[in-house]
Amino acid sequence: MRCAAFLLVLAIPAIAGEIPLSERRSGYDLMRQETRSIQDDDAANPGMLWVIEGKDLWNEKTDPGSRSCADCHGDASVSMKGVAARYPAFSAAAGRPVDLEQRINLCRTTQQHAAPLAFESRRLLAITAYVARQSRGMPIEMSSDPRSAPFLAAGREEFERRRGQLNLACTQCHDDNWGRHLGGSIIPQGHPTGYPIYRLEWQGLGSLQRRLRGCISGVRSEPYDYGAPQLVNLELYLMWRARGMVLESPAVRP
Amino acid sequence: MASAMIHVPASAKRGEVIQIKTLISHVMETGYRRTSLGAVIPRNILRLFVCTYNGQEVFRAELYPAIAANPYFAFNTIATESGTIVFTWSGDNGFSATESVAIKVE
Repeated sequence: MRCAAFLLVLAIPAIAGEIPLSERRSGYDLMRQETRSIQDDDAANPGMLWVIEGKDLWNEKTDPGSRSCADCHGDASVSMKGVAARYPAFSAAAGRPVDLEQRINLCRTTQQHAAPLAFESRRLLAITAYVARQSRGMPIEMSSDPRSAPFLAAGREEFERRRGQLNLACTQCHDDNWGRHLGGSIIPQGHPTGYPIYRLEWQGLGSLQRRLRGCISGVRSEPYDYGAPQLVNLELYLMWRARGMVLESPAVRP
Repeated sequence: MASAMIHVPASAKRGEVIQIKTLISHVMETGYRRTSLGAVIPRNILRLFVCTYNGQEVFRAELYPAIAANPYFAFNTIATESGTIVFTWSGDNGFSATESVAIKVE
């Protein structure tokens, strides 16, 4: 019995690379002070350029006879508070979870009768950043919607599956080796707490899907297309994995 | 799109040192990069940033290709009298953007 208990203790680290909730760290905590200060000061945070543009788009009618975001949702600081903290969320219309960008585009096509905005386009990033900004400082709260469960499991499988010529899984870096160095960079835990983020490497704002595609091609694997269900499943798993952590959008990263 | 963010204290005491922060949206394309087909991406950078306080120049910066996108400037000046602080950015392809902010000095 005693022996069995001992074996069980030994076995736990081997089967679960998952980071204990109390040991999770935002990428912010691993950044240098200089980079943190860019994020902390709204006057210096270049992500705020997109937020300001997003505010204009929020109030803009897509064409003269149509409705703006504000016509239905009113003041975003009230109606959008906490929204980014619970996406991706299940959409009955799509029959699967959709991320914040897809939700905005669903609203555009069904409510505003406008063409969807292209993934990674400046306008879509701007509206997303404006919506996400309203949740800054709020904890990530993923709903336990049973309809999302199979997609969450699929996202977890994506995270744990080895891929590409380097034959690496997300979990090998971000669960097992966070805090260590990959080249000159510190490996973060990979929590999506600040999207859309301003990456100094990108010289611009980008979505979580862009970041995921970068990581996937980094292990020499063929990245999924923007909007692919596999990417949204992965986003869903990452947000669940970061549950309770505080949103920082628009965050700044190296 | 030319959008700029400017932070100037709305009011200050005469003789006080105030901090001014500006951030402008600009790609700062270096002119050294190429497309995947090998064609040079033409240079498109800001060349000059000037700040005047009631018509008097208080800060000037020349910009070069190594400066990152969306340039941020923070600098100090002395609050002398109430008036207007004008910011002008100019650059390649005839780019020009001007913003002005009022300041009250007591």
